[in-house]
Amino acid sequence: MAPGTAPAALRRRRTRERLRTLGFLSPWLAGFTVFFGYPLVATVYFSFMHYNQIQAPAFVGLRNWKYVLQQMPLFGPALWNTLWLVVVMVALRVAFGIGIGLLVTRVKTGAGFFRTAFYLPYLAPPVAATVVFVFLLNPGTGPVNEALSAVGIDAPNWFNDPDWAKPSLVLLSLWGIGDLMVVFMAALLDVPKEQYEAAELDGAGAFARFRYVTWPSITPIVMFAVVTGVVQTMQYYTQALVAGKLASGVTVGPGSVIQPGYPDHSTLTVPQLVYSLGFQNFNTGAACVLSLVLFAVAMAVTSLLMRRSAGLLTAED
Amino acid sequence: MTRNRTLHWIAVHATAVAAALFFVLPFVFVFLTSVMSDDQAMSGRLWPHTWKWSNYATVFRTPGFLDWWKNSLLYAGLGTLFTVCSSLPVAYALAKFRFRGRRPAMMLVIATMMLPPQVVVVPMYLVWAQQLHLAGSLWPLIVPMAFGDAYSIFLLRQFLLTIPKEYLESARMDGCGEVRTLLRIVVPMARPGLAAVALFQFFFCWNDYFGPQIYAAQNPGAWTLSYGLESFKSAHNVDWNLTMAATLLVMAPVVVVFFFAQKAFVEGVTLTGVKG
Repeated sequence: MAPGTAPAALRRRRTRERLRTLGFLSPWLAGFTVFFGYPLVATVYFSFMHYNQIQAPAFVGLRNWKYVLQQMPLFGPALWNTLWLVVVMVALRVAFGIGIGLLVTRVKTGAGFFRTAFYLPYLAPPVAATVVFVFLLNPGTGPVNEALSAVGIDAPNWFNDPDWAKPSLVLLSLWGIGDLMVVFMAALLDVPKEQYEAAELDGAGAFARFRYVTWPSITPIVMFAVVTGVVQTMQYYTQALVAGKLASGVTVGPGSVIQPGYPDHSTLTVPQLVYSLGFQNFNTGAACVLSLVLFAVAMAVTSLLMRRSAGLLTAED
Repeated sequence: MTRNRTLHWIAVHATAVAAALFFVLPFVFVFLTSVMSDDQAMSGRLWPHTWKWSNYATVFRTPGFLDWWKNSLLYAGLGTLFTVCSSLPVAYALAKFRFRGRRPAMMLVIATMMLPPQVVVVPMYLVWAQQLHLAGSLWPLIVPMAFGDAYSIFLLRQFLLTIPKEYLESARMDGCGEVRTLLRIVVPMARPGLAAVALFQFFFCWNDYFGPQIYAAQNPGAWTLSYGLESFKSAHNVDWNLTMAATLLVMAPVVVVFFFAQKAFVEGVTLTGVKG
């Protein structure tokens, strides 16, 4: 082989490898461009347009932005509800997940039964689970309020009371703790046993053992659960929408126009407002502005995730 | 010490039983209500005085219910097949090829996975409805799944990372091209990972409410079970017995699939957690 031809052969091989990589990645590259890149650009475009999906779009400058951020009456409640859910739901889910994880790792008899029982509700389709909870908690004939009134407790109206609607959704989310239970179970089983024994020899009580042995070793998983929980809760849609609709007792099919967030906008989340603006009011511009607000917040949280939980990307990357 | 142990055992198991009640009792109430007569379902009684199994037949005879089943199976079946086939090569490249831009590509996958679906839905809907005239069907939900799904790519890649390089190298030494290596060597080894991804995607499609609400709402013939269930409740407003029977019929396939594929499922959930 003449010395001059080696670089050419090498270059050919490099090109071939690059084309091969591109070929393997092509489904996603195409999908990402068409189903994500394009609509994101279009969302920005429509956020400056007046467009009712019938007449041609007309440029209106910042009017949609001003309307959504300053005048739209439902923006405040939706933002507040989503924020409330992000803080309360995520915190309680993580705490409850750790608790159930601890419980499951300590149970000796019937461990398989308990694990399955705790996990099962997570599998219930969200719509089905929500229907179940609206039934269980309905103030008229619901078994929960029957039981509470039987023991003389003045039961709340749950999904029909603006103050109780969000806590009821939190209760529903705790019922489906199965995913976090499995994640924390795996983390808790990874805590080295010798450390517990050493702490016990030092006379550490149950709380001290948790604080100084368990907690430091599960912190990364807790961080991971918090951030993914925040991301999921920002998308919180189906349960809130279905609960509100069903509890309101409006006997119309899905897709019909009702005031979202029954009762009293207490279950209206930001994603629901996007749907309501874009698909019920046909106010494309305002819906796109709100989409971009959601996008910005989601990106901020995601970049936090990338930085904090290095486990998502291996050292090789 | 033994007395202490016994007390500890009792405390742990009493708590476990209490927790089990919280998780299991809702199912029990749903089941009991699903076999009640209409009159009794409207009362606050907890135990059915007659067991009206015909409620389930009534649900199946409800106009549209069988179509919802068919549509759910179509959406979940095709969606899962497309997702697995299109995500595998992408995950393989991200796990095993070294190339410039691999890290940004990986970060882009994670970022897409984290984004709320509502962010890009409005313009996407306009394309499907106005340019392609496919609103009122499930195709706008199924077709994109043939172009890779960020979550599935991420999960599969995590799994493929655990396959030792030596297997792939020896396949290449034997003259296998990358495609053959993927099909002959990687696919058989990655079966648990593929099963987990397929399950997750099947459940995602089966459970999806937002997607069918956007694209199928206009046409009741295209509704899925998850979507139709809500209208079922609205139509049978006070007939909690029928609604509960329908709810159990929506949950049933997911639970059955879970019991057949428990191992793959738990593996998948732990894969989503951080490793190392």
